[in-house]
Amino acid sequence: MNSAKRFDLFRMLFSVLIALLISFVLIFFVSEEPVTAIITLITGPFKSKRNLGNVVEAMVPLIFTGTGVCIMFSANQINLATEGGFHLGGLVAAAVALKFGLPAGLSPLVAICLAALAGAVFCTIPALMKIKTNSPELVSSLMMNYLSLWFCTFLLMHFLQDPSVGSASYKLPAESELFTLVQGTNIHVGLILAILVAVLGYLFLFKTRTGYELRLTGENENFARYSGINIVKVVLLSQLVGGLVAGMGGGVELLSPIYSRFSWVSLLGYGWDAIIICTLARKNPLYTPLAALFLAYLRTGASIMARYTDVTLEIVQITQGIIILLVVAEQFLSGMKHRMIAKEAKASLKDGEVA
Amino acid sequence: MEKNIVLQMNHIMKIYSNGVVANEDVSIELEKGEIHALLGENGAGKSTLMKVLFGIESPDEGQIILNGQEITIKSPQDAISKGIGMVHQHFMLVPSLTVAENIILGVEPKKGGLFIDMDRAVSVADEIAQKYNFDIDVKSKVEEIPVGIKQKVEILKALYRGADILILDEPTAVLTPQETDELFVQLEKLRDSGHTIIFISHKLDEIKRICNRATIMRSGRSMGTYEVKDISTEDMSRLMVGRDVVLTFEKEAAKPSAVQLKVRNLSVRNGQGVLKVDDLSFDLRGGEILGIAGVEGNGQSELIDSITGLNKSYKGQISVKGTNIEKHSIKDIRELKLAHIPEDRMTSGCAGNLNILENLFSNQYTDPAYSGKIMLKMKRIQERSNELIKEYLVKCKSFRQNVAMLSGGNIQKVIVAREFSTGPDIIIANQPTRGVDVGAAEFIRRRLLEFRDKGCAVLLVSADLNEVFSLSDRLAVMYKGKFSGMFMDVAAVTEEELGQYMLGLKHQEEQEGVIYE
Amino acid sequence: MLENLLSPDFFNAILRATTPILFAALASSVASKSGITNMALEGIMLFSALFGVIFSAMTGNFFTGLLLTMVAGGVIGLLLAFFVLNLKTDEILAAIAINMMATGGTVLLMLAVSGDRGSSTSISNFSAPRINIPIIEQIPFLGQVLSGQNLMTYLSIVAVVVMHLFLYKTPLGLKIRAVGENKNAAESVGISSRKIQYIALILSGVLASMGGFFLSGGYMNMFTKDMSAGKGYIALAASAMGGNTPVGAFLVSLLFGAAQALANIMQLTEIPHELIQMVPYLTTLIGLGIYSYAGMRRRQKLAGKA
Repeated sequence: MNSAKRFDLFRMLFSVLIALLISFVLIFFVSEEPVTAIITLITGPFKSKRNLGNVVEAMVPLIFTGTGVCIMFSANQINLATEGGFHLGGLVAAAVALKFGLPAGLSPLVAICLAALAGAVFCTIPALMKIKTNSPELVSSLMMNYLSLWFCTFLLMHFLQDPSVGSASYKLPAESELFTLVQGTNIHVGLILAILVAVLGYLFLFKTRTGYELRLTGENENFARYSGINIVKVVLLSQLVGGLVAGMGGGVELLSPIYSRFSWVSLLGYGWDAIIICTLARKNPLYTPLAALFLAYLRTGASIMARYTDVTLEIVQITQGIIILLVVAEQFLSGMKHRMIAKEAKASLKDGEVA
Repeated sequence: MEKNIVLQMNHIMKIYSNGVVANEDVSIELEKGEIHALLGENGAGKSTLMKVLFGIESPDEGQIILNGQEITIKSPQDAISKGIGMVHQHFMLVPSLTVAENIILGVEPKKGGLFIDMDRAVSVADEIAQKYNFDIDVKSKVEEIPVGIKQKVEILKALYRGADILILDEPTAVLTPQETDELFVQLEKLRDSGHTIIFISHKLDEIKRICNRATIMRSGRSMGTYEVKDISTEDMSRLMVGRDVVLTFEKEAAKPSAVQLKVRNLSVRNGQGVLKVDDLSFDLRGGEILGIAGVEGNGQSELIDSITGLNKSYKGQISVKGTNIEKHSIKDIRELKLAHIPEDRMTSGCAGNLNILENLFSNQYTDPAYSGKIMLKMKRIQERSNELIKEYLVKCKSFRQNVAMLSGGNIQKVIVAREFSTGPDIIIANQPTRGVDVGAAEFIRRRLLEFRDKGCAVLLVSADLNEVFSLSDRLAVMYKGKFSGMFMDVAAVTEEELGQYMLGLKHQEEQEGVIYE
Repeated sequence: MLENLLSPDFFNAILRATTPILFAALASSVASKSGITNMALEGIMLFSALFGVIFSAMTGNFFTGLLLTMVAGGVIGLLLAFFVLNLKTDEILAAIAINMMATGGTVLLMLAVSGDRGSSTSISNFSAPRINIPIIEQIPFLGQVLSGQNLMTYLSIVAVVVMHLFLYKTPLGLKIRAVGENKNAAESVGISSRKIQYIALILSGVLASMGGFFLSGGYMNMFTKDMSAGKGYIALAASAMGGNTPVGAFLVSLLFGAAQALANIMQLTEIPHELIQMVPYLTTLIGLGIYSYAGMRRRQKLAGKA
């Protein structure tokens, strides 16, 4: 690892540390029992097998959407519709589980495939709009998220609703549920799927022809076009694959033992979380499980804290915001980096090995 | 005569954050009322030194003394307030604003304490133009005026802000010879009225013409300051590049073979709807180099974009090896074994944040040698990268190094290695050696000749007259989208004559040798 | 339904619905003119909606509440500027971070201040007043449309005029446009592009905060969780479609305001309300598509076959 990369890693860890410190200071402001809150936040996840299980469970949707965003951002397609794609994936999986009456084994398979397909189609709409009308995918994908929310809520309330519980679907049949891997927790087979998706995402981006095209286009679209790469294909494909992964994630999450009904009547935010995952993973899907583990740990700790103290879960969003701000801040600690590189350059001047 | 030193820069050191040492202990001294040349190859550190002076970059070491007082220059604003003005190589004008608005930008006359006094702005701009004898309509929009005038606007801007020291960064690069003459007259007038001018250039003849003294730089270091009248151009060039520049190539006579590229009645409009290529027809044969000279912006870029498939909205016909490319993609055209060295290496020639390997295969990763239907054959690609790095003398740590960390010359070598490694039959080379060091430039030129000798057809567009003169077998001059001249015997053409064709003062009615039919 | 659409109440509602989008669209246009996309509008509006309620309650009157909210909005704009300009953070990612902090931060803050969770019901409320304009209110139909609006609505229209004069007639406006169009050019004459962009982003934050203030102190009479509901993003589209000019932003905001007002009226019909909720977003999406397509065609035509 060269000095620049080493420095980037150091800076990332430092940013995370600062973000945590600021969050702790905030806790002191809003809480009557700040010390208890912070200790609960940090140690809570280790307190029981169930809590540890919660951390691992929480990783699953983050890996999916994180990988999806890595793929789209690698092609420099700033499509934020993973949020809506995930949501739609959840709804489609629920609909398949409730309406198709498929046997165990087949039911989750079909549900997840259709969820992935739905996510893919959904996230491709901003791509198509960009190709056909030159609309910026950033703005159109933001609108798509709200459309997804209300469209899914509409389908829920009019086709899947269980009148006895209000705004939730009927109970999902046992046949559709993803089986548990670790007794006493809700860690389910979706985790394996998620890690598989992250690895496949990595292979796709870094070892395949199409992935190479995506990254080339993402780094310099003019260069890609000049090289003979079909930009339209890249724009379309990156968002299609990204959406596929996001939709799949929604399906997997909903069919996991965590949910017994489809009851998502507001956006869950996994699309936004995906951006911090992608930032921490440096757009490499292989690192998304690691980034997801960190965030999931933080989340679980925060929700335990929210349960036992007077600090709410939302503190995590502030921590996340600060992490993004600092990690992507190129100039943050740049003085230190410059001095380090200048020192090396001077040293090599002395050695007489100037290129 | 008593020397009157206005400005001293002592022992300036500047290291960029990518580790490039741009200035290493550079010192320079300016006398009042002189035109002082700052001479050096591209990448010698001239621009960096001037950026330090103009407050764009802060030096890591060294001091600046203005009128006997040590100063620090924190920003361009700071520089301007101290009487230093800079005319950049790329114009610093806001296209949608008028000349007057551009001149007063930042120092606007006000009315009612709140609003811009536009009438006064116009009269003020007019006054300053009159004072220095610049003939400019200050009410016209900058996007509508020619390059030469834009440069005058730039100089006026600096003067309006009270610049005593004026830095001109390669001011003649975009000018016609006539516009250059006009500029020099203006500069001499400014000098005589007590302004000090720093003239950045690598054109020796221009320095001989108007400069009093010259400071020569080479790879980040100063090679000394000389009275221009006491130093020969040969000595200057030796100090600049460390050896005599090879201006002519030993080359065999061309053996032109079949027509490889055929262009017929090509017309191209640019994004603003302006006709840039006007009913142009020509042929290019294998085994020859057709040079296209011309002032930039006369349709060269549009012509090349159309041939290489980047631009699809043109009228007329282009055939590559007998195939009409109108309905063909860039990839299809490249598969006809056409290689393209692009005009601007950073905007379309490479991806700076990807590594050398990833930049070497963008045009051939689909080749069965380097990939299957889906997966890339990474091992093979790595081996080939090492071969190419060696063959093209790319100075780097390994193929894992990001391209942006390389020097300009090495980046260009990566591009050339990529384009030439496919074994092309046609090479479209647009400014192939712009901004690269002498060694790399010579390497690239020799390669172009080798390909010609192997029967490859080469179309060479270059603003470097030396280059087109020394490489071309036939030489065309492009002016306003047409060939104003075509010379079969390149050795018989003089630079002066070429200049007149480039400016459209001369025009061949009947052009021999444009089309072979 | 039809009589509802022709009633002055409907047009009155359009102006009401336009107000928050218009403020945010003006905020977006001044930022865009300076060369920065301010996607943090959404978060600034959300923060300001809560600040408006808190500051008004704290000071006991809406006017100081508004002023303090504008200051807070400016501070968030300043923060965005610091990260984007000084620390070279990607402007979109910085905005996403701010929006994320707004979503979490408002809930956290509301809880800390009042103990409320979903909406600020326990904070006493001081909304901006409605204003009847003499003479105009006497005019049939038009009077009912134009008069009796919330003060903020009138302020938003005043803001259009002020922003137009500011951008096109003042030295600072000229500098903002110069920096946005050619940053290097502006730098070369000693304009600190950083300073100008700071000013533009602070101004953008102030304008967006006025839109946010209206949400909880005019459009509704309390703060509810996530109440900006994408209005900042809609405004981003409105500003782009209006060519980033104040007048253009005004016209497109009116269109989107009409879509919102229409959606509100449609609540009275049989159509499921979930589908009606989609109307503003769908209108924006389609509008953006048409606008972008027209722009693309115009450029193609220019470059078209010679």
